[in-house]
Amino acid sequence: MSSPPTAPPAPPEAPPEPPRRPRGGRAVLALLRNAWRGLTSMRTALVLLFLLALASLPGALLPQRSLNQQLVDKYFADYPRLAPLLDKIGAFEIFATPWFAAIYLLLMISLIGCLTPRSLEYLRAMRQKPVATPRNLSRMPHHAEAEVDGTPDEVLERVRGRLKGWRRAERDEGGVRTVSAERGFLRETGNLVFHVSLVGLLVGIAVGKLFGYEGQVIVLADGNQFCNTSILGYDSFNPGLRVDGTDLAPFCIKVDSFSAEYLPNGQPEQYTAQLGYQSAADVRSGDTATWRPDTLSVNHPLRLDGERVYLLNHGYAPRFTVTWPDGQQRTGEIQWQPVDTTTYLSQGATKFERPGIADDATRQKSSIAITGLFAPTSSGGQVVTSTYPDLLAPEAAIDVMRGDLGLDDGRGQSIFSVDQSKVDSGELVRVARENMVPGQEITLDDGTRIRFDDVTQWVALQVSHDPGQVTVLVFAILILLGLGLSLSIKRRRFWVRVVAAEPGTDGRARSRVELGGLARTDRAGYGEEFDRLRADLLEPAAASTAATTRNGGD
Amino acid sequence: MPVDPMLSEYSDLLFKGALTVYVLAMAFHAVEYVTSRARVRAVAAEAAPEPAAVGAAGGTGSTAGSGTADHGRVSEENADVPPPPVKASRPTRSRADRFGRMGVSLTILAVLLHFGSIVLRGLATVRWPLGNMYEFSSAVCLAAMVAWLVVLQRTSKRTRGLRKLGVFVLAPVLVLMFLAGTVLYAQAAPVVPALRSYWLSVHVTTVTLASGLFFVPGVASILYLMKRSGKPAGFVAKLPEADVLDRLAYRVTVVAFPMYTFAVIAGAIWAEAAWGRFWGWDPKETVAFVAWVIYAAYLHARATAGWRHVGAAWINILGLAAIIFNLFFINMVVAGLHSYAGLG
Repeated sequence: MSSPPTAPPAPPEAPPEPPRRPRGGRAVLALLRNAWRGLTSMRTALVLLFLLALASLPGALLPQRSLNQQLVDKYFADYPRLAPLLDKIGAFEIFATPWFAAIYLLLMISLIGCLTPRSLEYLRAMRQKPVATPRNLSRMPHHAEAEVDGTPDEVLERVRGRLKGWRRAERDEGGVRTVSAERGFLRETGNLVFHVSLVGLLVGIAVGKLFGYEGQVIVLADGNQFCNTSILGYDSFNPGLRVDGTDLAPFCIKVDSFSAEYLPNGQPEQYTAQLGYQSAADVRSGDTATWRPDTLSVNHPLRLDGERVYLLNHGYAPRFTVTWPDGQQRTGEIQWQPVDTTTYLSQGATKFERPGIADDATRQKSSIAITGLFAPTSSGGQVVTSTYPDLLAPEAAIDVMRGDLGLDDGRGQSIFSVDQSKVDSGELVRVARENMVPGQEITLDDGTRIRFDDVTQWVALQVSHDPGQVTVLVFAILILLGLGLSLSIKRRRFWVRVVAAEPGTDGRARSRVELGGLARTDRAGYGEEFDRLRADLLEPAAASTAATTRNGGD
Repeated sequence: MPVDPMLSEYSDLLFKGALTVYVLAMAFHAVEYVTSRARVRAVAAEAAPEPAAVGAAGGTGSTAGSGTADHGRVSEENADVPPPPVKASRPTRSRADRFGRMGVSLTILAVLLHFGSIVLRGLATVRWPLGNMYEFSSAVCLAAMVAWLVVLQRTSKRTRGLRKLGVFVLAPVLVLMFLAGTVLYAQAAPVVPALRSYWLSVHVTTVTLASGLFFVPGVASILYLMKRSGKPAGFVAKLPEADVLDRLAYRVTVVAFPMYTFAVIAGAIWAEAAWGRFWGWDPKETVAFVAWVIYAAYLHARATAGWRHVGAAWINILGLAAIIFNLFFINMVVAGLHSYAGLG
């Protein structure tokens, strides 16, 4: 993404042909080349970065389908004119739209197009000797000179010792000895690592989007099981683009119990579910008798081979038993949906088809549904509401409906409510309204008895599979390392020029030493380090030192 | 875990105390700014030999001196002055200087009170004290003020002119702190299950630090643009050189940006454990991404001809805007997984 900043948008190399437009293949080639140069220039990268930021912003401000379908529906209801227009451009699923993908793919191409030549240049620079010492070192931003004791050879020995870790080249220019040194190549390494890792990160994310999946399922926490054998086992399932659900890892989970701890004000402290599991390997090897125990809680998923199981939510499932006048009995237990997440007041519908009746018409007419509200800690009184999320004083306020539930109609219906059209058409009639506590029983007009047995807890689990996740993590760490290197290391050059000087009064050899320094990075400078080098190399002759430090950087 | 109401009360008291002292410090810096002379260099030269006022925070001359030539071009101003020896006789200080020094001392005092307030919050609730918007905003303010003091400490010898910018750094921080103490205030309380993870201390602390740090370059960039535009003349004449402001913005940004990157990555690792995916375009994540991209654009702009100066400064301000937007709007208005504000 960072081609040399000076590169103007491609000066078209005028071919030696007439100034008419070049013909055929050449024209196409020139066009392509210019387009490529334009795309890989820093300015384009900058524009693309802005576009990326701008395009993402609606994703935070508008409701997104992937996060909350209800909010999207509400938006459609609130803005009936605007919403369909926004929907046309994909505003409710920004991050899945082609134009969003186009922006980041262009950015990636720009990045690769810019990195490749840069890496080559970098490799070349690594192998080259540091540049020759400039004739006039006093023009450098950092400069110092002095006469010191010792022959040029001795001085150079000191210089070599001091410049350990620098890339050095020594030259002899006819009696004048010079050392060119360069340091800070890691900056460019970091820069490259950072940008290459960005591409790697994107590849990792793409792998996850192609081959990963997420599925949610509700399991009653009384020893019920869930097996990851097919999509049908899930309540909802979001497959990756290359996932058809035929090759899921067949692990199984048995939820033994669920417990929640609450503060006195009803705020939850911790949720835990005790479960047993059989890994895919267990199941494949036929070992289906033993369950490995595990405790699932928020922030502590169950990590299987490639799949992760999360505890997402919980709720209550009241258990009812219906006894028809002919003695036939059915017990029903299904999750009710929490409608208030602080008190866990829940609503739902437990549906019963009358057993033991061969005649379809009669059977349909006497089906029963128990709908209403369930309060884990009831307020008591006529109108039941919940005051606390824990199961302290459960009570259900139910309507008993009798008639045709429409379960045979072939249309899907919500598990949390009865089909309202059946109520409107009079095929489903309310026959009782009652507040019930566990153990209580009521009798309907036709002698059917309904007992509220007990309450079971359910947990909502999510199974996640993302084969690209580890790749993403590795590249994220590399991104961080690269960023750290490229922003903290300064690239700088240092030159030493040594010539023999007149021997001192005591007859000892003297040398004239000149130092120059240049920082090659964005306005960072390296004044302090230069000062230390100067002190170490020239200090013995501090008296005759004439040092200047001019503008560092740029 | 029960909350200790006594400690929580002391924490609130310290918070109010810190707020008050910050206001005083800002007043002193305001006087400093108004009474200072336009020529920064003259003030700098006059005051240079004294040990830095900030030295009071930790060590004296020796630490202050270590930052001497670190900042390349900054050293230009006193380049021909050798490392200053401790001067025997004290020159008389200008009024601006006296007020400035008092402003810094007060800021240090306020930072200590502020820190104490946050520590007591943590002790009162027996958890990492970054569990709701109040605690988070308070910590961002502390991070910003500490960053400011460090900047002062590291540049005190050469660029005295920076100190009088205190008023401009304190002003936005005070606004945020006032909001934290009023609108955002939440009683000390335990946190919800999703926040019970050691990643809270890693992710939220680094986000806090980075957000606080980003305040400094944001303010510096605004002042830089004002200085460049030259208007209003009387006001900008007293600002440090545009170059100094520009470099200040850059140097703090390159510290804050990797920290922010780390914070986002730590957040992704936590999200993987808590929500089942490392990235899900939750509104907070989205705006964090936007802010990250903006700061990335800032770094690129500084290497792009025509964008190096004014353009880059605007981008930096935009970045701070995104950070603040993420801090408030996303938590308080948009519904998302990060809605832990503890409001309402």
